[in-house]
Amino acid sequence: MTRATPTSPTTGPDIVASGGPASAATGGASARHDVAAAAPAWAGSPWRERLRRVLLAVAALVLLCAVWELYRAVGPTDGGRLFGVPVLPRATDTAMPHTWDIVAQLGEKEVRTAGSDTVGVAVAKAMWFSLRVAFAGLVVGVVVGVLLAVAMARLRIVERGLLPYVIASQTVPLVALAPLVAGWGGKLQLGSLEWERWMSVSMIAAYLAFFPVAVGMLRGLQSPGPNAVELMRSYAASWWQTLLRLRLPASVPFLLPALRLAAASAVIGAIVAEISTGTRGGIGRLIIDYSQSASSDASRLYDAVLGAAVAGLLFAGLISLVELALTWRRRHGGGRARPIRKVGT
Amino acid sequence: MNRRLAGGVAAGLAAALVLAACGGDDEESSPSGGSTAQGGLTPVKLQLQWFTQAQFAGYIAARDLGYYEDAGLDVEILEGGTDIVPQTVLAQGEADFAIAWVPKALASREQGAAITDIAQIFQRSGTLQVSFADSGITGPADLKGKKVGNWGFGNEYELFAGMTQAGLDPASDVELVQQQFDMNALLAGDIDAAQAMSYNEYAQVLEAVNPDTGELYQPEDFTVIDWNDVGTAMLQDAIWASEERLESDPAYRETAVKFVEASIRGWVHCRDNPQECRDLVVASGSRLGNSHQLWQMNEINKLVWPSPDGIGVIDQAAWDQTVEIAKGTKNADGATVLTGDPEGLAFTNDYVEQALENLRADGVDVVGDGFTPIEVVLEEGGV
Repeated sequence: MTRATPTSPTTGPDIVASGGPASAATGGASARHDVAAAAPAWAGSPWRERLRRVLLAVAALVLLCAVWELYRAVGPTDGGRLFGVPVLPRATDTAMPHTWDIVAQLGEKEVRTAGSDTVGVAVAKAMWFSLRVAFAGLVVGVVVGVLLAVAMARLRIVERGLLPYVIASQTVPLVALAPLVAGWGGKLQLGSLEWERWMSVSMIAAYLAFFPVAVGMLRGLQSPGPNAVELMRSYAASWWQTLLRLRLPASVPFLLPALRLAAASAVIGAIVAEISTGTRGGIGRLIIDYSQSASSDASRLYDAVLGAAVAGLLFAGLISLVELALTWRRRHGGGRARPIRKVGT
Repeated sequence: MNRRLAGGVAAGLAAALVLAACGGDDEESSPSGGSTAQGGLTPVKLQLQWFTQAQFAGYIAARDLGYYEDAGLDVEILEGGTDIVPQTVLAQGEADFAIAWVPKALASREQGAAITDIAQIFQRSGTLQVSFADSGITGPADLKGKKVGNWGFGNEYELFAGMTQAGLDPASDVELVQQQFDMNALLAGDIDAAQAMSYNEYAQVLEAVNPDTGELYQPEDFTVIDWNDVGTAMLQDAIWASEERLESDPAYRETAVKFVEASIRGWVHCRDNPQECRDLVVASGSRLGNSHQLWQMNEINKLVWPSPDGIGVIDQAAWDQTVEIAKGTKNADGATVLTGDPEGLAFTNDYVEQALENLRADGVDVVGDGFTPIEVVLEEGGV
């Protein structure tokens, strides 16, 4: 789990490389075209296409299970080693439980007492908890990211001064940060609101989430070409008008992939921070709880890990909906296509 | 149409999540209590080293059975995590008391954490080195040339001291392997001797199925090195308090006595009612399972009882041995836990003696001479 975090700094700048340069050069007019390309392909396609997608997803899942079971059947029970370094997992019950055992475990009780939840219910509850925490973090992260991007777009000097630190912020290892943030949390008092541990976890999620948004959004705000900016200037549009009418709409295609990355980061951040601070209720804590009993039965641990994956998917789904909403507004002239009122005529 | 709908759904979901995240049912995330006194009770925060489990049964029992409340305290128990260091939390003032192992706490003291051991609840060490019986490892000297698992992070000093005492150089005579939370590495043969707490990881191997027999592993399948027998045991779970507040704050001193006294009542109750305490621990959210927690409760009781001088009293000889090993034993990086003797008030028996006096006056057995452990049957997976 913790290993996953250092990858975010490297994936972060990708959005700049992938979505950026082409449209950045061509200016605001092409933004509309980009949106069409960026929108999910199935958005306007017939039912058959949707069915095909669902079937493909199911087929991929079945294939994955089949590969898992195949390896279980023929793989070496001692695992594979290359120059003494383990490269292949052991095909044993403890290392790779059967897929049906993993599913069956969902129906087992966690603890053999009357009031105990089944593992499935516990995982679902934990997912709900982690999703809420991650979502709170994402919201904070997006707000901070957008504000930073606007500030950096407004003043060159802010960009020069701040951007290196924004990038450096992501090289701080999360596991070093989490206990610190949890520590500060104990001293914070926001009015009548008492700081709770989940808020520290949200803060860590936000810390990871703000980065792709800040970088992607900045790129988006800067994407309108000189001709578009000149046009605005010829209308004597103020900086705010330019921001609202030109830069913000132009940044949407950059913001969307950034949001996806931010969402994934927020989930990772929340789970890792939960592990790190031992926050009760979430998937991260569940993973540690179950891994403690993995000596005898690892299928529970896989259930928790599965829960983490599903939580990530649900979150990505939510972002897709947001994306759909944003692109729909843009396509139907929700805020962009209106001409600017001429000033002084 | 569909997209408009999707937009609405997205907005609705988002709003629901925000509301849920902000308001939320806080029963899981926030234990009751907080910084406001309720009904004249003194609020106290206790930081544990790990998640809720029978290792902390005495405190959980004292809370759930109302011993803290009877003493005028409103105790909030803060769980630990992989990166939560209780003594740091205590030193930073975010908790009033903390449970920590003596060597680790002393190391934090050396780095400036002003904390004091006010009650040594565990009289013995629970750290073992477990091997398969057929490996022929019966003492530290047999570890030569073997793959020896350890958790690192200061959990390894008894092992290193034991090996050093047996004439081995931990850095070159054995192959050190970093261990995970589970015991799979031992069971799979990746390591020859694995570090285990008698109350946790050792039970985990006994809850696993032996593929050769189809039954659970039995204690006779393993050999165990117990550092208490080897003579390199170090003191473990103790109640630590803030050194500064002990010096400057009379109310805190009073709270310390009350807290220790009520906690000991909890431990005494768990000695006499292990099943009930197990149920309290499970009810307060441990996921380790019923039979596992009963095993843990029983093993913890063995570490606490009997306490010849009374539970919580710090034995000078055991303390000195802990400090000696902490100063003299080098780990794999060549570092010792401590560079010198602890300065200032590292431990004091003042508060626990006062608490014991009150308890004895109440007729509570604080020695536990007649303590006999129960028999626990472990079940597969500990459920």
